[in-house]
Order: sequence, then C-alpha cells, then structure tokens
Amino acid sequence: MLDILKSFEIFLQDTGGGETYLQWLLQAWGWTLAVSFAAWIVAIIVGVTVGVLRTLPNRYIAFIGNTWTEIFRNIPLLVQIFIWYHVVPSLFLSLKDLPSFALVFVGLGLFTSARIAEQVKAGIESLSKGQLQASLALGLTRTQAYRFVLLPQAFRIIVPPLTSESMSIIKNSSVAYAVSISELTMFAMQAGEETAKNIQMFLATTILYAVSALAVNEISKLIERRMQFKTSRVGAK
Amino acid sequence: MKVFAVILVSLLMLNVAFAAESKTLKKIKDSGVITMGVRESSGALSYTLGNNKYVGYHVEICEKVLATIQKNLGLKKLEIKYVPVTSQNRMPLIQNGTIDIECGSTTNNIARAKDVSFAVTTFVEEIRIAVKASSGITDIAGLNKKTIATTTGTTTVQTLRKNKKATGLEFKELYGKDHSDAFLLLESGRADAFIMDGTILAGNIARAKNPADFKIVGDVLSVEPIAIMLPKDDAEFKKAVDEPIKAMMKSGEIAKLWDKWFLKPIPPTNTKVNMPANENTKAAWATPNEKPMEEYTVKN
Repeated sequence: MLDILKSFEIFLQDTGGGETYLQWLLQAWGWTLAVSFAAWIVAIIVGVTVGVLRTLPNRYIAFIGNTWTEIFRNIPLLVQIFIWYHVVPSLFLSLKDLPSFALVFVGLGLFTSARIAEQVKAGIESLSKGQLQASLALGLTRTQAYRFVLLPQAFRIIVPPLTSESMSIIKNSSVAYAVSISELTMFAMQAGEETAKNIQMFLATTILYAVSALAVNEISKLIERRMQFKTSRVGAK
Repeated sequence: MKVFAVILVSLLMLNVAFAAESKTLKKIKDSGVITMGVRESSGALSYTLGNNKYVGYHVEICEKVLATIQKNLGLKKLEIKYVPVTSQNRMPLIQNGTIDIECGSTTNNIARAKDVSFAVTTFVEEIRIAVKASSGITDIAGLNKKTIATTTGTTTVQTLRKNKKATGLEFKELYGKDHSDAFLLLESGRADAFIMDGTILAGNIARAKNPADFKIVGDVLSVEPIAIMLPKDDAEFKKAVDEPIKAMMKSGEIAKLWDKWFLKPIPPTNTKVNMPANENTKAAWATPNEKPMEEYTVKN
C-alpha cells in the first residue's frame, strides 16, 4: 500500500521544463474545463435557437433546423473536429490563423448543439398544444409566447437530459488532444510515456474527469430544485 | 502464530526455489508457448500486415532468438502468440506476465529500467528535424519563432522541452495525435518542422505524395537506444535472449537484417524506407551493451 502511495511522488518530479507534473496536470485540467465551458455556451445558444426553429410552423425553417441536427448528430465527433481543423482552413485560408482552441470549442459546441436542439424540440412538443394556442389567443406574439409561456415550461422538463449533455461535453472535450490542446487526455498519454507511470497518470486524470462531471451534476440538481414548481407538475399532456 | 511462521518460511523457501530457475524459461518449457508483444505501426521495426501477421526488424530478430531458445530448451515445437501492444500498455503487460518479450520500438531509459529489463541495444534512434524543402530552414537555430510539430505520447516532446529551456529558442509546439497526423501538420503548413525519430520521419517522407518536397536537416537532437523489452529480474532469460543477438551482431547477420528492412522494399506496399544504419547503431552492434538513453550524449 505504501509503495502505491509512494509511486504517486512522481507528480512532484520536474518535467524538464521547470514545472512539476502536478502543475502540468492542473493546467491540463484547466484546459479541459475551459474547452468544455466554452463549448457548452456555444451548444446552449445554438442548440436552443435551432431547437426552437424546428418547432416553428414555417416548413422551410423547420427543415433547416432538422438538417442542422441530423448533420451534426450523425457525423462522429472526432471526424468533425478534423474537418474543422484540417479541411475547413484549406478551403477558407483566413481560418488558418484561428487558434485550435477556438476551432475545438466551436466544433464540440456545434456537435452538442444538435443534441440539445433535439431535447429543446422534444421539450416544447411535450407541452399541450393549448399552451401556444391560448397564448396567441390572449394576444401575445409568437415570440412572447415562446419567451414567457413555452420555453420556461420546456426548460424545466429538459433539465435532466441537459445535465447529462453537460456531463458528456466534459468527457467529449478529450477530443481536443487530437488538435494539440494540452488537456487531460493528452497529459495522461504524454506524462505516462515520459515517466513510465501510465497507471498513476491515467488514475489522476480519471479522478479529475469524474470530479468535474459530478460537480456539473450537483449544480444541475441545485438548478432543478430551484426551478421546481411549488405546486403540482405542469407540462405533462 | 507458529503455524503462520512455518507457512511464511516455507513460502520464502519456495520463492528461493523458483528464483533459482528462470520463471519465463520455465513457463515456455512447460507450456510450449511464448507470448510476443508487437506493435501495429512502429515503422519498419515492428508493424502489422493485417490478419494478425506481424513483421519488422525487431520481430524477425525476436523470432530468430526464440528459435535458438527452442533449440536450447529441447522443445519440439514452440508456438509464438503475437499480442499487439501500445506505448501505454506495453510496460504493465510485461510486468504482469501477459507478454514474455516485447519486440517493438521501446527506448531503454532509467525510468523504465526500474520496472522492466532490456536486451542488448539493437538499434540507436536519432531524433531529427524534418522540414519542407522550400522552407530554407537548415538547423535548429532556424526554428526560432517557428511552429514545431511532434507526436503526443513520445519522448520527443520531452527532448524538445529540454532543448527549449537549454537553447533559449522561442517556438510554438503542436502535437499530432499520431505520427501521420503530426506529419500532416507539416504537410498542410500548420507547422514549419516535424521533430521525431529519424526512421519515422524517413518513413513518412517516403510515403508522402511528393517526397522531394521534404528534407531532413540539422544535427541530431538526441539519441535513444531502442531494445527488446524483457521482464525484470530474470537474468537467465535475459541471457538466453542476449546470447543469440550477440551472435547475430558478431556474424554480421544483424546488419543483413537491417538491410532487409531498411534498405530494400518491404511489404505490404513494397516501398523502401531507405535509411542506412547510423554510426551509433553500428557502434552498438560492434560492442553489445544495454546502456540506457541517459548515458548517451549528443555531439554537437
């Protein structure tokens, strides 16, 4: 047991660049969280927009929303990241100078946006048709109906799937290593090779991934509790 | 308590009894099977042809070694099981006995030697710089303020980091997720140079659409002895592996194997790696040794 604990002393060793492996690990964790958070913002903004578009009566707009969702949902994430990194900049040369951090959080964000759009659409459609009809009959515009009646109810319903999407984003952020972001997965592979202590490195990164995802879960639970109606549940058909 | 002591003592004696005989050799003799760790794509050193077929310079050396071991053990038949390993799992698999010998592209360094053992060095790799022929870069100083690509999960990243600290050069690093990805960074212009093992650079350039577009320049940045990896604390097995390798080095057979894998067309595409053995490798053949990477110094 003592031997196992002692083997973790490797984290205090210098990497050869003037910092310890522990410092590097924490920096890598920071990159993972930064990529995940930025991607999450993109995913929520685009996802909600596309999700709402898909429920509009205009067939062409709904078609665009559906196409968006199917394209981003059905292409493997790693392939999408490579397309953003290698293919798109060779077509639009000005994108070549964009930092890979921007590419990867936009890529990951758009991938997740398709999944969130699906959930937002499902949330809105799960509401009784009467909700929209009554709002319009009361003289609200369609925008107001979505803003004050439909979306607040839909969001309550989709908090649980949104939580699991937000946890997935942290796990999916590991694809960033493929485009040279030194996040946790890259740290594990690189530091493992340098120190010949793969198990220790992967264990530490696993723990940090789990801690991050669990923290998201806890925050979501808090939001869920805050958003609950005090009275009976609303929204079921 | 007394019973416990007796058990402990007998266990210790048992241990001694086993230690007297090589654990690995005994396993091979009893089962008639040896498990060889191989790589999917470690250049011409160890790679797959698909269908669970593995070939390469180190694989062939291992097969010859195992033939000798089979003869010495008096086995009629020795079945070789090939198990593909990665740079992440190769050490744990040797340590827990899943594989008995690893014939891939493992650098012999002090950190690893704490947990595993190495046969005599069969190849000394040189870390070099590959650039586009049109770039005008001729040495490491030319890389100041440039972007350098290398591959995640290699010791080259560490070499680069040390070089950066020592030379005071300023450069941006890009990490490819594998060698072909890192080469793509150079090819697509995202990086100005690709720093990696010479054999890997030569292999990637040979496979490029237009090999003349690239060239390997500058001094050797660092050298790494590559060796066949063995379980730790099994001196008898190490000797059984080392002896035939040393014999091949002496008879010149190893140089012939080198020519076969690095100078002649090799399967599956029948292209040539075109890399003559370097001076360090020739020196390792002339005086077989198991010096770790740290004992090699680069002449600059």
